[in-house]
Amino acid sequence: MKQPFGGILLNLAFRILVPFTLVYSVYILILGESSPGGGFQAGVVMGFGIVLARLVMGEDSTLFNMRLRTSLIGAGVGTFIYTVTGWLTLAGGGKFLDYGFLPFFRNGPLHELHGLGILLIETGVTVCVMMTILNIMDAVVRRSEDDGSAE
Amino acid sequence: MRGFVITVLALLTGLFCSNVTFLPAIGNPDSPPNQHVTPVYIAQSELDTGSPNIVTGTLADYRGFDTMWETTVMFLSGVTATLILSRSTMGRRPEKEDDYE
Repeated sequence: MKQPFGGILLNLAFRILVPFTLVYSVYILILGESSPGGGFQAGVVMGFGIVLARLVMGEDSTLFNMRLRTSLIGAGVGTFIYTVTGWLTLAGGGKFLDYGFLPFFRNGPLHELHGLGILLIETGVTVCVMMTILNIMDAVVRRSEDDGSAE
Repeated sequence: MRGFVITVLALLTGLFCSNVTFLPAIGNPDSPPNQHVTPVYIAQSELDTGSPNIVTGTLADYRGFDTMWETTVMFLSGVTATLILSRSTMGRRPEKEDDYE
């Protein structure tokens, strides 16, 4: 992280904007239960942070570049987290996505369980949205590269 | 066949457009959802869902099944964009066998 990225503007953008954006997206996700925000917004902000990092660092770095297959699997994993929460409530003896029946912390108050369930499904939504954004960007970039090499 | 499809689509469009006038006005306090659903959600949301945010409570708890399929739609849109934009031949029907280079 000591080497420059090719100019004071890119240095500033990477060293200030990217960490701030990533931390802020987690803030939106955690506080989405009690303030404006939530899974979709947190996913968009997190995807923006990673896209910005990839734009600054280019194709050389391996820190933020993930393959197309990885981001596709990640988007599926996000949807799976959501669905698993529903299955957990089924296993706890309730209806589908009835968070009062989550099979852990059963002695806590009921609304705390509901808050935990909301946090779980919003984590799933966040992962799905972020990975979908990276996925589409990956597909577009790869397409343009292929077209350039074909001509 | 094409004329039949156009006729059916025109009929359906006319039906939808004529039905719009029977919908209650937006914000009408006498419409059925505003009679019993909305007051219960406003009164019970914090107790039921543990979230002081009514929007989050409705989106993630009362309408959790809806949001699950919204997430699935987003995942499918990403997969579809990848399939269309990438040059992979997966899921495409070849016109001729020698179209591939």
